[in-house]
Amino acid sequence: MERGLVVTRQLAEGSAIVAHALVEAGCRFFAGYPMTPFTEVLEHMAEALPPVGGLCVNAESELEAVGMVWGAAATGARAATGSTGQGLSLMQESIAEATMAGIGFVVLNMARGQGDYFQATRGGGHGDYRTPVLAPSGPADVTQLVAEAFDLADRWRNPVLVVGDYYLAHTWVDIEVSAGPTVPRPAPAWALDGTSGGSGRAKLVSPLGTAKQRDGVGYDLSEHYAACDRRRQEMTAGITPRSESSAVDDAEIVVVAYGTMSRLAAGAVAELRAAGHRVGLIRPITLWPFPAADVLRAADGARMVVVYENNAGQMIDDVRLALLGATPVVGINGFRTDSSAFGIAPDATVDALCSSVRSLLGGGR
Amino acid sequence: MTDSIPVRGTAVIDTEACKGCDLCIDACKPDVLVMTTDRTNTRGYRFPELLAGCTACRACADVCPDFCFQVHRFETPRQWNGAWS
Amino acid sequence: MTNRPDDLRVVPGEVPDDATLVADFTPTLVDVGAHHLCPGCGEPVAIRAVMDALALLDLADRCVAVFGIGCSTAFSNNLDVEVLQALHGRAPSVATGVARMRPELAVFTIQGDGDMANEGLQEVLHAAARGERIVCIMLNNGVFGETGGHLTVTTTVGQRTKNTLEGRDPAQHGHPMQIAELVAGLQGVAYVARGAVNDAGNVARTKRMIVDAFTVARQGLGFALVEVLTMCPTGWFVPTDEAPAYLADTIASTHRVGVLRSELP
Repeated sequence: MERGLVVTRQLAEGSAIVAHALVEAGCRFFAGYPMTPFTEVLEHMAEALPPVGGLCVNAESELEAVGMVWGAAATGARAATGSTGQGLSLMQESIAEATMAGIGFVVLNMARGQGDYFQATRGGGHGDYRTPVLAPSGPADVTQLVAEAFDLADRWRNPVLVVGDYYLAHTWVDIEVSAGPTVPRPAPAWALDGTSGGSGRAKLVSPLGTAKQRDGVGYDLSEHYAACDRRRQEMTAGITPRSESSAVDDAEIVVVAYGTMSRLAAGAVAELRAAGHRVGLIRPITLWPFPAADVLRAADGARMVVVYENNAGQMIDDVRLALLGATPVVGINGFRTDSSAFGIAPDATVDALCSSVRSLLGGGR
Repeated sequence: MTDSIPVRGTAVIDTEACKGCDLCIDACKPDVLVMTTDRTNTRGYRFPELLAGCTACRACADVCPDFCFQVHRFETPRQWNGAWS
Repeated sequence: MTNRPDDLRVVPGEVPDDATLVADFTPTLVDVGAHHLCPGCGEPVAIRAVMDALALLDLADRCVAVFGIGCSTAFSNNLDVEVLQALHGRAPSVATGVARMRPELAVFTIQGDGDMANEGLQEVLHAAARGERIVCIMLNNGVFGETGGHLTVTTTVGQRTKNTLEGRDPAQHGHPMQIAELVAGLQGVAYVARGAVNDAGNVARTKRMIVDAFTVARQGLGFALVEVLTMCPTGWFVPTDEAPAYLADTIASTHRVGVLRSELP
């Protein structure tokens, strides 16, 4: 019987909230390699997992971390790993191939800024694969999204990314941490536990295919790739893209932002509205599948869509694709960082964003 | 006519599975496996044939990469001189 | 045409009723005997030895095999034991994940030398030092067989491969690494042995090494590695019937057969 988490409301660091979210969602295996700003999640998982019968391993490299998760997840356990963008770069081959093997797990990118948007949504690996990507705005919704990430990973037998950042990792908030033991889930039928060995129908989990050999005919990759393609299409159709919008109905300018930047944008929109400007905000929650229809709808009637992201312009591509010229799109802010480049942008503030938007409003089209 | 050969076992050979690698020939301790020279299987490989004198040591089965051998041991040795006796 | 006397001609293929089956065509735990590996390839011989060991230890329904990528991948969908296919070099970390979540199982890897010693060297060393209770099996033929026979970390000095046609020269191609020795030097390791499948005697000895390795893992004594030297006549540019001798002379003179370390009581 697993112990439930004890606490109700507490002052907690974002990394701890992420760790508790993973454990509460049923994660019982975590492997990672220290890297800022992911390191504290690893520390918290090392503390949080053993009391619930889970295991946290300090892998010797990011390659080995995702490898261990591949193995643990193949036994039917909810397993997760994470890093920051550079570490995720090292994991790309395994993430891409896990989609072919039908192995689902959660990968956390505690990103340095928002420059890993392409890596997350296009995938930095090889082949025709997709990974669902969820972007919490911060500690308030990370718990829910981590739970959803595991549900998606299990449902679609696919890795799922959750994108956080330095702010999420290191912001201390007063938060209600929901208690309650996790209901143990039975391992899925495809998972390995050794027992089908010797039966004549021993299970196989493989990125090369699921069919056992017959009459000397080995893996048929064309058949397998076609099957993977069908599964990917089902997944794409089966996940509802999500976003959250506010004040877009009569907006002249609609701001698009995700993650921590969306909270800054919400602050700016509130200030601008208070000053009488008609500005709205839409924040994608699923970065993949991107809520294109929601963005198109939000932009209806606006004369400009402004993309606010802490990078040199990545999500703006998806916004442009969503609008297909229906509304002009402008990117603002650009990549901002302090000298550490860990993802803190001291000049990314509500005031700065307000000024940028005001100048766009004032200057007309 | 030479004396009959005592035989302590036999091997059934899946000649169609054979890829003609010859590893069984050297492995056979009593030296009773010989590769055909004038015939091949349907894939074009020469294959081994068993002469009298098998000891059921299963070395052929152990070294064959293509699982061509099924080895049997006789409870009592038989004699072979062109026919079993 | 043979030049043997008539009374030594081929015995008939029928088996008398009172005979006892001593060895069947395909081992119990291999599904299909047919494969497309080269004539004279040592890998199926090694895989047979592993499967026979598992059957002997009654581990078939209590094990998971983690395969690397190479010629031996031909068997990953062909065994009657549970198999998890990993990526090139990644089997030890994948096996770690399986073994940690399912400590009651016998978890082992099947990898080539290119897979384990080139792409995956850090993985096997780390798993060994961690003392993971797994058995890593390296089928060592001194070449990347599946991609056409190029040199690996274990290719011996003087060995001809696709990209060392004049023979491996340390000045140009670096020195080979002896993986069993490297692993044997780590703490956390409980059994390291190197066998070969170039003759029946070596096959039998290799099977015993594999049995011992699994026993070590089952007893929780630590990490086990069995390196198995296998023939690759294609990669070695030798006729199939000369490959066993080539293995003994060229490969095994650098990668010496024997038990390097054993914590078995």
